[in-house]
Amino acid sequence: MKLISEKSKQTLAYPALLMGIVALIVCSLLLLMNNLTAQPIAARQREDLTKLLDQVLPASTYDNQPLDEKYQVTIEGQNFAFYRAKLQGKVTAIVLFTQSAGYSGDISLLVAITADGALSGVRVLSHTETPGLGDKIELAKSDWILGFNGLSLSNPDKTGWAVKKDGGQFDAFTGATITPRAVVKGIYSTLEQFKNNQDFFLQTDKAANGS
Amino acid sequence: MQQYDYKEIVKSNLWKNNVVFAQMLALCPLLAVTSGATNGLGLGLITTAVMFFSSLLISLIRSFLTPQVRIPIFILLIASLVTIADLAMNAWLHELHKVLGLFIPLIVTNCAILGRAESYASKNPCLPAVVDGLTTGLGFTLALVILGGCRELLGSGTLFANASLLLGSAFSVIELAPFPEYKGLLLIILPSGGFIMLGLILSGKRVLEQWFSKKPAKIIANEFSCH
Repeated sequence: MKLISEKSKQTLAYPALLMGIVALIVCSLLLLMNNLTAQPIAARQREDLTKLLDQVLPASTYDNQPLDEKYQVTIEGQNFAFYRAKLQGKVTAIVLFTQSAGYSGDISLLVAITADGALSGVRVLSHTETPGLGDKIELAKSDWILGFNGLSLSNPDKTGWAVKKDGGQFDAFTGATITPRAVVKGIYSTLEQFKNNQDFFLQTDKAANGS
Repeated sequence: MQQYDYKEIVKSNLWKNNVVFAQMLALCPLLAVTSGATNGLGLGLITTAVMFFSSLLISLIRSFLTPQVRIPIFILLIASLVTIADLAMNAWLHELHKVLGLFIPLIVTNCAILGRAESYASKNPCLPAVVDGLTTGLGFTLALVILGGCRELLGSGTLFANASLLLGSAFSVIELAPFPEYKGLLLIILPSGGFIMLGLILSGKRVLEQWFSKKPAKIIANEFSCH
């Protein structure tokens, strides 16, 4: 079983060479695996996004492939990644990814807004809220998030855009007020940013189109 | 040739020296994922696969190893295997990957894998090393499923919820909800509940072992008195 004598193992170069060879083999294995899985992973991620899009945006409202073009924009320090849904070349809705600070960490939101400024649908993508208390913002746990469908900046008015405890119209969960408050605030500020930059988002601004 | 008592290896790794219940290793991934039995089973099986291959590879190259670089080589191999498992799951078991995704890279930090590599696989031939890796992994899976099952039953009143995501739709029959009206005990789902539950299970194991170690003695005594 002794393929290599103990004496040659004692040399200074042996451990270095051994490490090098093992690292080389392992790296090529990883490279191979990465190449093998890159396409299926990309396909799965796109399927995930498509499923999400179907949930918040009726398929009849667009005829393009919104997922083909992803846009990034930073407005007043808030990062938005978004997709444009178009019908006959005109933007009919945008789907935004944004974050709102929750009780423990950021809550990732997916917000779909139609061209007239109404919410087409909202979903919580990920969060680290307390299980059993704050996690009712997930559709899997409660249909609370569906209550935002169809709302806009004017429906309800500004005072209505808060949880009931703060005088607004949205239910807060027992034992967790901070979480729904954060979601409501995140959606409201997203709607505001959309309204303030409507030309940019909807590509109706000639200058934004050109650049 | 040294004889290997495979029965003893299996018994020791599954129960007597179970990584969790006896050696108290690998508690970090254990407590993190065991809010449900399905998650526990998933992570347990991936860890078992990683342990199987790491034991095999390390046992194969054991005659080349030198004491100076053995630990970096173990870590390199284990980390690569985990990365491969992560990529493969993301591509072909995507639903499960979404649930466990965060914890898969953590398998690298599972000291039980490095422990078995160092104390067993690097000193023994392939077959016993593979048996050891496999059974240690299964012992870990057992611990994850028991702890996950207990916490899920008490914490949310279900057992193996979403199992069909992990094992295919045929397994939806094992998704149980024994107490449909039960709202669940939040504490058990939270990390502190994991510690409490683990403590209860550990003491339960001690009681069981005491009971078992007394029982055979009694039987022998009876046999003596009969004959």
